[in-house]
Amino acid sequence: MPHRTFIFFILPSLLSMILLIAVPIFSAMTQSLFIAHKQVIRVSETCDPFGCKKETSVDAEATANLREKEPLGIFNGFDTYTNRNHLAAAEIKTSWNVATGWKDLFSRIMNLPFYKALAFTITYTIVVTPFVIVLGFLIALGTNSLASWLKGPTIFFSLLPMIVTPLIGSLILFWMIDADGIIGSTLQRIFKDNDLSLKASPALTWIMLIVYGIWHSTPFAFIVFYAGLQTVPQETLEASMLDGASLWQQKRYVVIPYLMPLIIFVTLIQLMDNFRVFEPIVGFNASANATSLSWIIFNDLRGEDALQLFGSAAATSMLTIIGVGILLIPVLIMIWKEFNSKTV
Amino acid sequence: MKMLSKITLTSTFMFLLVHATYAACGITSGSIRILSNDFPAIHAVLSAAEKCAGGGVTFTKNTTKEHRNLQVAGLTANPAEFTSAIVANGSIVPLLNDGLIRPLDDLVAKHGQGLKKHQLITINGKIMAVAFMANAQHLFYRKDILDQVSVGIPKTYEEILSAAKAIRAKGIMEYPFALNTKKGWNLGEEFVNMYMGYDGQLFKPGTAIASINNVKGVAALKMLKSLTEYSNPDFLTFDSNATAAMWEAGKLALAIMWGTRGSAILDDKGSTSNITSNTGLAGAPTVAGGSTPATTLWWDGITIAKNITDKDAEATFIAMMNGISTEMVKANNNEAVWLIEGFVPGIAASGVSASASAGATPYPMLPYAGLLHSALGSELAEFLQGNESAQQALADVEAAYNASAKEKGFL
Repeated sequence: MPHRTFIFFILPSLLSMILLIAVPIFSAMTQSLFIAHKQVIRVSETCDPFGCKKETSVDAEATANLREKEPLGIFNGFDTYTNRNHLAAAEIKTSWNVATGWKDLFSRIMNLPFYKALAFTITYTIVVTPFVIVLGFLIALGTNSLASWLKGPTIFFSLLPMIVTPLIGSLILFWMIDADGIIGSTLQRIFKDNDLSLKASPALTWIMLIVYGIWHSTPFAFIVFYAGLQTVPQETLEASMLDGASLWQQKRYVVIPYLMPLIIFVTLIQLMDNFRVFEPIVGFNASANATSLSWIIFNDLRGEDALQLFGSAAATSMLTIIGVGILLIPVLIMIWKEFNSKTV
Repeated sequence: MKMLSKITLTSTFMFLLVHATYAACGITSGSIRILSNDFPAIHAVLSAAEKCAGGGVTFTKNTTKEHRNLQVAGLTANPAEFTSAIVANGSIVPLLNDGLIRPLDDLVAKHGQGLKKHQLITINGKIMAVAFMANAQHLFYRKDILDQVSVGIPKTYEEILSAAKAIRAKGIMEYPFALNTKKGWNLGEEFVNMYMGYDGQLFKPGTAIASINNVKGVAALKMLKSLTEYSNPDFLTFDSNATAAMWEAGKLALAIMWGTRGSAILDDKGSTSNITSNTGLAGAPTVAGGSTPATTLWWDGITIAKNITDKDAEATFIAMMNGISTEMVKANNNEAVWLIEGFVPGIAASGVSASASAGATPYPMLPYAGLLHSALGSELAEFLQGNESAQQALADVEAAYNASAKEKGFL
């Protein structure tokens, strides 16, 4: 295709990507390098229904003047990235010197908010993604071999977990696993433990969030693989059957290689989506036991009373983008290799 | 005849004209736009203020629990989205920091004759808000259950612990106690309240340097931990709605809840008459033999935005004065602990009044208190789950606070 045609072809996408993706990322990147101006504080007499006393307050005019002169704030360089709320370089150095062993060092690092969130985010991504792919594939295979009158309803019910709005779905599950809810009290009965609460311990909360994640994302893998299964060439399958391949060997040597591009596609999407896990943590009120990178960005921006930490949220966003990039490297290498081998 | 009919016509016309432009409250025109929190006492005030609408005066209100997230952005706009924000001692601070509200001295002089002196919130000599109600967290108890274990009304947290132990030992309830310990703002508030009971200082006086990692802070944390041992293991998800719901369902024998929950709990909806008739309200307990109740006092009040026309400001102020009039208080006496002339303290107000007269400290109106409060709310959960020591938790809080305060320019 001549270059000119190509440019015009991709121009709308390119423009909207530059406007809606590149510019905001650049803006967040800039913001992460600045912190707010020093507030001008003064002591004044404050009287309320309970008495009068001397309290400090902000001199609004003086602070506003400072802000007018330099709206972005004070240049902080990469210090926001290395402060305690992010990569915590100084704290890790101290822990390294002070720690009494690997376990102690690990628990000290897990005490830092960013690493705590990173641990859950990575665990969630690494556990949910393979489960989603395998389960989605199995459900697709199963649905494919059903009688045709049964296929329609099965596909509908299999898609339901994804159709339910994540926040509503997680809220309803949250009520069900409560000690008074149906799942919670059934579990208590099964394990004969009246104190069993899925919300009380970090381990159980992580498991609950991961199970929810798998339940919610499997339909996506299912529908993609199911569509792919419809196009598996029948001749190759029949040839393999004639050659005496068992059901499992058919799947392994014919179906899976044929679906490999789809599997890579689903892996890519799932890795990116799961790394940004956020709604289940809000819906399950689980922030005491599990936080994720997206959640700490939300927490910084939600700051009540306009105590939002924009620079901090921007820095975490940048780190999340870098994290997704790192996660995708193996998959991108696989795609690059395939691309190269095809053009040869 | 012709003359008479002319006079009649003219006078009727003038009569109608005057009435058409005369709205209640004596305001002729203006736009009143209110932003507030969402609970019954505020609804009472705003309904009374809304009577001033009509005849050229428009009245809109936004009552939402998210008001703290909306107020700064809403009042920064020019013209402001809201002409008045109903605030508390915690939520007025960002409006003061950014200079978003106007001094009310001239409006009070002109229209605020019925106000009592202690309703005027003055900062640096200027009236910045008019308070109309007080609130605090205090003790709720079940008389019948305390009688079953032969324990009197607890006055200290140590007495609460022994009462809870007795209730559990007798097999009445496994988890008889609750506080608002949801991770976040609620948990931070419980620590601040307990710390005040130990006469602790949140900051080094006159500076933004946090000073909670000390003997008193550790003691406050240890007391909170002992108390949560008598709470349902899901206590890190309990906000004030959850504890009130548990109380009305009869699941608690002792609880620390906001005074404003009192009238909703004592009414005849949502609970059984057995629970309601046996619910008692007492002042907040003291701790460790101190004399200061382990709670903080809060006021709710009216502010008027700066970025609005003077006409709207005056109309809003007059309407709000109607909203907090003595008539409104007489009609809604038990909804809150009103600071207004004509309030007769009822049962629902007894806890807050008792705490205030026992000398409880008001929540600090410091510009950086919110940052420390957030740090407390996020970092203390791990200690309460038994995953780290009290000293480590407080060190984490101070470190988190230092990072945010540095970023906000306070340190």
